[in-house]
Amino acid sequence: MTDLIERHDIEQFDDHGGHETNPHDDHEHHGPSGLLKWLTSTDHKVIGINYTVTSIVMLVVGGALAEIIRAQLVSPTSTLVSFAQYNQLFTMHGSIMIYLFAGPFAFAGLANYLVPLQVGAPDMAFPRLNALSYWLYLSGVITMVLSFFATGGPAAFGWVGYAPLTSAVNAPGVGPDLWIGALLLTGFSAIFSGVNLVATIFYLRAPGMTLFRMPIFTWNMLVTGILILLAFPVLTAALVMLYCDRHFGTHIFEVQGGGVPLLWQHMFWFWGHPEVYILALPFFGMVSEVIPVFSKKPMFGYKGMVFATLTIAALSLGVWAHHMFTSGAVLLPFFSIMSLLIAVPTGIKIFNWIGTMWKGQIQYTSAMLFSIGFVITFLIGGITGIFLASPPLDFFTHDTYFVVAHFHSVVMALVIGAMAGIYFWGPKITGYKLHEGWGKAQFWFLFLGTQVFTFPGYWLGLKGMARRMAVYPNNPSWQTLNDWSTVGAIMIGISTLFLIINFIVSWRKPIPAGDNPWDASGLEWFTSSPPPHHNFLSLPPIRSERPTWDYHHPEHPALGHGDHVSGHAEEKVSN
Amino acid sequence: MLKQESYILIAFGIFAGIVAAVYWFWGHEDSGGVMLVGALLLGLMPGLYYYYWYRRSGGQRPEDRPNATVAEGAGTVDAFPSTSIWPFVLGSGCFFFVLALVFGIWLLVPGLSLVLAAFIGATAESRRGGSV
Repeated sequence: MTDLIERHDIEQFDDHGGHETNPHDDHEHHGPSGLLKWLTSTDHKVIGINYTVTSIVMLVVGGALAEIIRAQLVSPTSTLVSFAQYNQLFTMHGSIMIYLFAGPFAFAGLANYLVPLQVGAPDMAFPRLNALSYWLYLSGVITMVLSFFATGGPAAFGWVGYAPLTSAVNAPGVGPDLWIGALLLTGFSAIFSGVNLVATIFYLRAPGMTLFRMPIFTWNMLVTGILILLAFPVLTAALVMLYCDRHFGTHIFEVQGGGVPLLWQHMFWFWGHPEVYILALPFFGMVSEVIPVFSKKPMFGYKGMVFATLTIAALSLGVWAHHMFTSGAVLLPFFSIMSLLIAVPTGIKIFNWIGTMWKGQIQYTSAMLFSIGFVITFLIGGITGIFLASPPLDFFTHDTYFVVAHFHSVVMALVIGAMAGIYFWGPKITGYKLHEGWGKAQFWFLFLGTQVFTFPGYWLGLKGMARRMAVYPNNPSWQTLNDWSTVGAIMIGISTLFLIINFIVSWRKPIPAGDNPWDASGLEWFTSSPPPHHNFLSLPPIRSERPTWDYHHPEHPALGHGDHVSGHAEEKVSN
Repeated sequence: MLKQESYILIAFGIFAGIVAAVYWFWGHEDSGGVMLVGALLLGLMPGLYYYYWYRRSGGQRPEDRPNATVAEGAGTVDAFPSTSIWPFVLGSGCFFFVLALVFGIWLLVPGLSLVLAAFIGATAESRRGGSV
């Protein structure tokens, strides 16, 4: 079935938009219903919700594994799990969180839902490819979960899968093969999402939506899409090579046949470091949308933000081996300089977020609290990252809990940013607001829990506690800090319960949101909540990066951002 | 059309090229150099293709002009498939394909059948539906 999509401006309808008209008048569908409807949908909104829900389920699964890990570490000689089970736990925790939650939530969940809305498009550029990418992701999820039931258990070589731990001798059984298979499936799913994002943003923007009028979130998704296309093929290729090593007798990563185990690390991190930004940029974009709305100010330094995003992405291509400083086989000054340089554009971003809040009329809604929490937590993770970019400091802390705490500050910042996105765009997706009280309770537990969870890790790392140890009988003095870390992890777990309670409460006592509950500025707030099939019955004129704001507040045009403002607004610029 | 878009991709490619050159002559390490040259090509190939289309078409699309009215963009945006079962069939085929890598070659039978069915089905669907 195919729909020919026509585009209308608001004058062709009635004066105040197509909001009042029945969203389903125009494109009524008599397609399949029930399960078949879900299986056959190519609507980016349905796919986006599928992605979001699936990835949040994986967040809960990965979080449960983390709670078991923290429970094991409460005492120096705990016997809650065996050493082998502990290896499986941290491997699956990392794999599920990175491959199945953070990435898909960031670049395929909310992005799938929002990017077409923000650029004024009826759908993603390739709707069937988009659907395929979700089915591949779901297959990857099922494959990864299947490995829990494999003989010999799931993969146990860490989420980075370093050679030679992954060889057929060191990691026998189907668990590691299922891990490889799951990553192949999600890898292709990510590549297809990247293609779709870039094509949608290049080809389906509404008239007047020039590149430099796109919302920061859409900009970040464009750059994320390009990074996916540069990075993911390398991981997928490396996985194919690993599979060949395990089953077809090649020796690409095995010393015995003349291979190079370090090659795996090069290939893995050539994907893995851009991946960090593939994960982070979407959340940078989310808080960049939330902070201006609740500060009642336009984004401070819009162009600076865009160029900072582009610079971060470009630099991320040249920093992979800072994960390999202690291998003794990489060019230390080169990777140190490149890694330290990334602090500059990231600093610009944090400066711009603070500049946006500066002297604004800040409303402390849940979404805003989560955004501020994101900035603070990401700052902590970023600054400790600058320490680690220096080889002498990295030699001292490599593979200790300092590194673990560093990247958990970063990724927990992303989880906090994800919550900002859920509270901010939830009303657009469902038509109903989430409960603010539960939201704030969730924020305080999540934000404080994150700090209580990570800070002891920095100390433990400096004291010398190595990552991935299940017991520490020779250092009983580490117990207090480990116990605090576990308290933090429990607080984070409670915050997740609050989110689920909030979903239930908001579902039982719905608070209708209306089309634009936050008086926000992006094009997604112009259409109804939830948007009709193919998104827009009409479009406003787009004369700045805040089209919906301009339409609802003609007395306060969002001007003054320099040369990207023109057209009929020019006469107002002059004064 | 597509001028700034092509510049972004070309800039990524050129930057990867500069990094590749510096890395290659300073570090003498092959794998990173090869991957950076790959990044150079992945930036330049689509970037130059878009640049070619920009040079060839010349004019600006309504979405490239800051003062375009919505009416200028009126008309058919494109044809979008509203429902299709074939992505699910193709995804299931890929799932069986991966299971075949793990559990045994016989799983390629359902895997490849589903992939083949999806190729035929999706192509036929596109023909029926017009310019998808």
